[in-house]
Amino acid sequence: MDIKLQQVSFAYSVGTPFEKYALFDVDLNIESKTYQAIIGHTGSGKSTILQHFNGLLKPTKGQVHIGERIIEAGKKAKELKPIRQKVGIVFQFPEHQLFEETVLKDIMFGPMNFGVSEEEAERRAREGIKLVGLPEEVLEKSPFDLSGGQMRRVAIAGVLAMNPEIIVLDEPTAGLDPRGQKEIMDLFYKLHKERELTTILVTHSMEDAAKYADNIAIMHEGRCVLTGTPREIFSDSETLQKYRLELPRIVRFQRKIEQLIGKPLSKVCLTEEELAEEIARQKRKGGDE
Amino acid sequence: MMEKMIFGRYIPGNSFIHQLDPRSKLIFTFIFIIVVFLANNVVTYSFLLAFTLFVIFISRVKLYFLINGLKPVIILIIFTFFIHILFTREGAVILDLGFLKVYEQGLRQGIFISVRFTVLVLMTSILTLTTSPISITDGMEVLLNPLKKLKVPVHELALMMSIALRFIPTLMDETDKIMKAQMARGSDLSAGPIKDRIKAVVPLLVPLFVSAFKRAEDLATAMEVRGYRGGEGRTRYRQLKWDGKDTICVLSLVFVTALLVFLRN
Repeated sequence: MDIKLQQVSFAYSVGTPFEKYALFDVDLNIESKTYQAIIGHTGSGKSTILQHFNGLLKPTKGQVHIGERIIEAGKKAKELKPIRQKVGIVFQFPEHQLFEETVLKDIMFGPMNFGVSEEEAERRAREGIKLVGLPEEVLEKSPFDLSGGQMRRVAIAGVLAMNPEIIVLDEPTAGLDPRGQKEIMDLFYKLHKERELTTILVTHSMEDAAKYADNIAIMHEGRCVLTGTPREIFSDSETLQKYRLELPRIVRFQRKIEQLIGKPLSKVCLTEEELAEEIARQKRKGGDE
Repeated sequence: MMEKMIFGRYIPGNSFIHQLDPRSKLIFTFIFIIVVFLANNVVTYSFLLAFTLFVIFISRVKLYFLINGLKPVIILIIFTFFIHILFTREGAVILDLGFLKVYEQGLRQGIFISVRFTVLVLMTSILTLTTSPISITDGMEVLLNPLKKLKVPVHELALMMSIALRFIPTLMDETDKIMKAQMARGSDLSAGPIKDRIKAVVPLLVPLFVSAFKRAEDLATAMEVRGYRGGEGRTRYRQLKWDGKDTICVLSLVFVTALLVFLRN
């Protein structure tokens, strides 16, 4: 299922003195089964754009294509439930959405809203809790007795249990410790690979974008200013600087090494492994550095 | 939906009303609420309505914006209107549907009460729309100061009020967020039979309460850490100033009251 935004503009509080545009003529194409990162500075419209992916917000101008469905400015959008089942959103601090007496019931809430039978919902909950790396005993506990990190995982399991085709992540690791961050990001990457889940990651972590994404879109002051593969995007540090974004740590490190050896490496490396290999190759080739 | 609520919101501006001291506005609004009940005939109610529109006009708050924000209250107004139509049985019958008789007094009372309601809500909205929450509580605290002698915890009350006002927008945003998160999980607040809709409120209220309590606790800690210890000996950064405009404002109210007393039956 592809998502396509065509000339989408969005304003909050239309028709009041607080009217404020958050998006201007955004064009964005997200192909099925890809990993798309959307990066940008605070207030660049990242969070606004993601709410268009399942019809929580309706564009003020323009069109949003979600699979076969078109959500268009000025037209009433009815029956959004099928879309919301197919596009799962993990909001920022998703643990704030927990409410049930037990973890099990909370995870089952999503699927049952979409008409899944109780047995099936429970099966998915048991599967989901293992997927996010929590023991099955947690299912019987109250979500409010868990630690912050565990609550986050439960909330994620609740979204995964809906069996979405597309998963949208809004800063899914904000406020977690480094290890928890890596585990969560790896989990989503695994799901992306194994279940061919189209993944849309909204983040301001250049590292995550560089490491996981197939494509990156840069948002700046409500506009989508740049799209490309991570390698393309991170080769051009000047443009990034213009949008007040930094290079990923590993690319900055590469730049330092290049300064040290006095010549650029043959390509921009996006992970530690890649960089190590590249340096080794360079060394074998040059010999005298 | 949430963003249309104007309750407790403040629209910055520089109109005559904006420039008034919060104390004069508070006195004005408070007494106006009482004075409204003096009206009892067509002339006085029309005068009240005209006066309110005049105040709205000089406050430069856009009328359509006010009306839009008042939609939730309008349901209540319509409801009271119909209660009067249905249950007041005085005067001549002006409409006879057999099973239902509408009496002249019923219609009259219904309209009067609705006007009274509208005027009250509009006037109090003007107060909150043109006065920042902080000024309101500052004004309130100063006005209530004499009550301290009677051991009324004025400072604490003012603080409670300012915190409550301060958190209205925050809680609204929070509600909006949680609502969206649950909608993304397939919960539907705006469709289906009433029973389902009431059920759909639970996933909204529980997280909202949890976060409100957490916020309250964090706020209390933050205040304590910064050495807050009540109103005793506390000086203020914002000084209130009473000038000619404020006197005009209060005098206009005297004028309104006099006119109402004169014109009522």
